[in-house]
Order: sequence, then structure tokens, then C-alpha cells
Amino acid sequence: MRGESSQIPGTGSIPIAYRTYAGLTGQDRSGVGGQVSEQRARVRRRLAGVRRVVGVISGKGGVGKSYVTAHLAMALARSRRTVGVLDADFNGPTVARLLSVDPHVRIRLVDDAVEPAVGREGVRCMSMTFLLDAGQPLAFNGPDHDSFVWRGAAEAAALREFLADVAWGTLDALLVDLPPGTERSNELCDLLDQPPEAVAVTIPTPESEEAVRRALRAASSRGVRLLGVIENMAGPLFPGDAGATLSREFNLPLLGRLPFHPGPEVWNDLAARL
Amino acid sequence: MKFLCIECDAQMEFAERRQPGDGTFAASFRCPRCGRSVALLANPMETQLVDSLGVRIGGRTLDPQPLQMTRTAVRGREDAFEEGNGAGDGTGGDTGQGSGGHSAWSSAALERLARVPGFVRGMVKRIYADYAADHGIREITPEVMDRARSELGLEGM
Repeated sequence: MRGESSQIPGTGSIPIAYRTYAGLTGQDRSGVGGQVSEQRARVRRRLAGVRRVVGVISGKGGVGKSYVTAHLAMALARSRRTVGVLDADFNGPTVARLLSVDPHVRIRLVDDAVEPAVGREGVRCMSMTFLLDAGQPLAFNGPDHDSFVWRGAAEAAALREFLADVAWGTLDALLVDLPPGTERSNELCDLLDQPPEAVAVTIPTPESEEAVRRALRAASSRGVRLLGVIENMAGPLFPGDAGATLSREFNLPLLGRLPFHPGPEVWNDLAARL
Repeated sequence: MKFLCIECDAQMEFAERRQPGDGTFAASFRCPRCGRSVALLANPMETQLVDSLGVRIGGRTLDPQPLQMTRTAVRGREDAFEEGNGAGDGTGGDTGQGSGGHSAWSSAALERLARVPGFVRGMVKRIYADYAADHGIREITPEVMDRARSELGLEGM
């Protein structure tokens, strides 16, 4: 199949016949499409024993996503479910510490995967904090300038590897602690065959309500099955009723209104509702 | 990505890839009819973008290693990884048994391995050991490492 013809400027008479990519029937040895397909297949194989993938989303920072993720994971584990936590907040990883995992644990490699660390209540955990020096921000090798071009791709690839290359084993639930914003949630959707489930965390304020509304809409547009809303830091300190408002607006259960320092019974009740 | 030799109207064949320095990535292609070669040169930013996707121009030459992109791209903690099968980090005082095979490491090869950042050293050691096992090589020397780098396209390792 011949494509469009033209001439090399200045040569006058040398015709150029461009073929299409498909028109060149020889093998594309790079096979980038095939490599990407294999990456996705690797994720699929690794998560074959994981019954549910549940993202913990917010859209807003500082609402306690990691805190909720860690305590929800431990409560699920107390109810005899096997649970893993993937800390997808690569630039502000905290969930491992909340699970009482030493952030300087040495990651063990076995065969084609790495073993997750094990935290309180037997919760399995993988976090970028295990890979970094104390207090050091996530930094990549590569040109220091124009990193905005490739940094997003590198972080998405790290998420893929945390899914595909960690020996998660058989899990009732893999909770994914997502950073503020919607980008990582979209990447998670891209990497999974089926959209994950998700719970949204908010604090009572109107500002949080607006940010979480955006996150819920973004997740919904990707087919994420929304399980409900959790209002954290409920009580007299913050004005607003974001949890109830978002629950009504999206027709979702308000899974819990968590006071400061909730006790184990609060977490157990929350876990029972998932 | 395919390359067309316009004069021959023939698809050019991938020949080799190199990283000649400063983060530049080079891939060369050769026309099977006229023998003309061309090289694609990607600037450091473009190279990084492709590396970040976890794909290899010219095709994969070895099985994916656990956390391969993360380990090669992140500026990580030296002692973050503990290799399985008792292989340590590849610089121990043992006989240098590889993690992926039964080849011994020469002292010069171990010295060279010790210069690899600890964050990625175990992975690099496993790749060389697997290469040696696949080729029936009893002792891994710097020359073997060079050959593996060239054949497997281990730029940057």
C-alpha cells in the first residue's frame, strides 16, 4: 500500500513514496504495543488471587486517606480477611508507618517478585518509603530539566510495578491508598482489566466537599464502583456536612462519620460495612 | 516504529542500540538491499520518556525483572533490597555464586559489580548470572559482563 508521494525539496526529480506503517509488512522488532500488552498481562496474573481492589480516594489532601486506609485494613484483617495495602502516594508515603512497618525494612526479592512487608494485624504492604532514604523526596535518575515530560509516565510505571511485581498472594482485599487528585486513580483504572471499587474520604468542610465531588465524578466516569463516603474528623471543629451532602448527591451510603481518635469498635463497624 | 529506505522502497532492519553518553539513546537500522545505515538519536528527555514507560526500543532482550523500571530509575536507598536465595548484594566475601545460576564470579568482576549502586546491584547481578547460566559460562569475568551488556542491550547497567 503506497502512501502520499512528494519530492525532496531542492532535488527536483527524486520522488518519495511514503508507505504506511501497516504497509510495511516486516516485523516491528520493538513491538512496543506487544510490550505494553505483556505489562498488563503481568498485572492480571499477579492479581489473579486478589478478590477485590479498593481505591481510597479523596481529591483533597490532608483529609486522612492514609489514616483511614491503614485502620480500615487492620479492621478488615481483624475480621479474618487477608488484606494488602498498596501505598500509591509516592510523593508522600505514610501508610507504612501507620501500619507500624519499619520504613527502612529491606525488601526481599523472590523469583519474579518482591515480598510485601507485613504490618500490624498481618496486613501486607508495599510503599515507596521502603525504597528511599529517610526524609528524601522521590527523585528519578535522568535529566534534571523538563522532568515534567516524563515524570508522570515514570510514576505510572511504578504503580504498574507495585501491582505486578509484588507477591501479593491471595487477598480478600487490596486497598490502594491514592494521592490527592484524580490522575493516579485514572492510572489504576488503566492498569486493571476491570475498574476497581472505591471509597471516598472527606472532612466536613465545603472546600473538601468540592474537591471530593470532583474526584467522585472522575471515578464514576471511569466506571469505578463507588462503595460509599467516609467523613473523617467529624465533630465541632470543622464546619460543614460534606459527608452527608456527597452521600445524597451520589446516592451512596455514608459509611461512617469518624471522630478524632476513633476507637477499634468504630473501625470494626466500618469494615463490616464493606 | 519502522524505518523505510526510500530509494529501495524497503523496510530497514534494526541493527543495534547504544547509549553513547549524556543520556542520548541511539538505535541504528540497516537497509537489507543497499546496506545503507541510519541512526535514530533520541535526546536525553526523549530517552527518559521511553525508559519511563518500561518498554525497550528494539525489543526486549531479557525477562522483566521485579520492579525493573523503579529500580533503574529511582534514586533509591543503597540497602533497600535484600536478594533472595542467599545471594546478598553481590559484593559479599563468598565465592560469588550468582543468584540466578551456578557460575562463579572472578574477583575483578566482583569489583566491578561493587561499583553498581546498591539499589540496583542485586538485579544487575541476577541478569549477569542468568546470562552466564544460559551460555554455560563457569566464571563471570569483566569480559563476560561486557559481552552480556552488548548482547542484551544493558545500557545504563
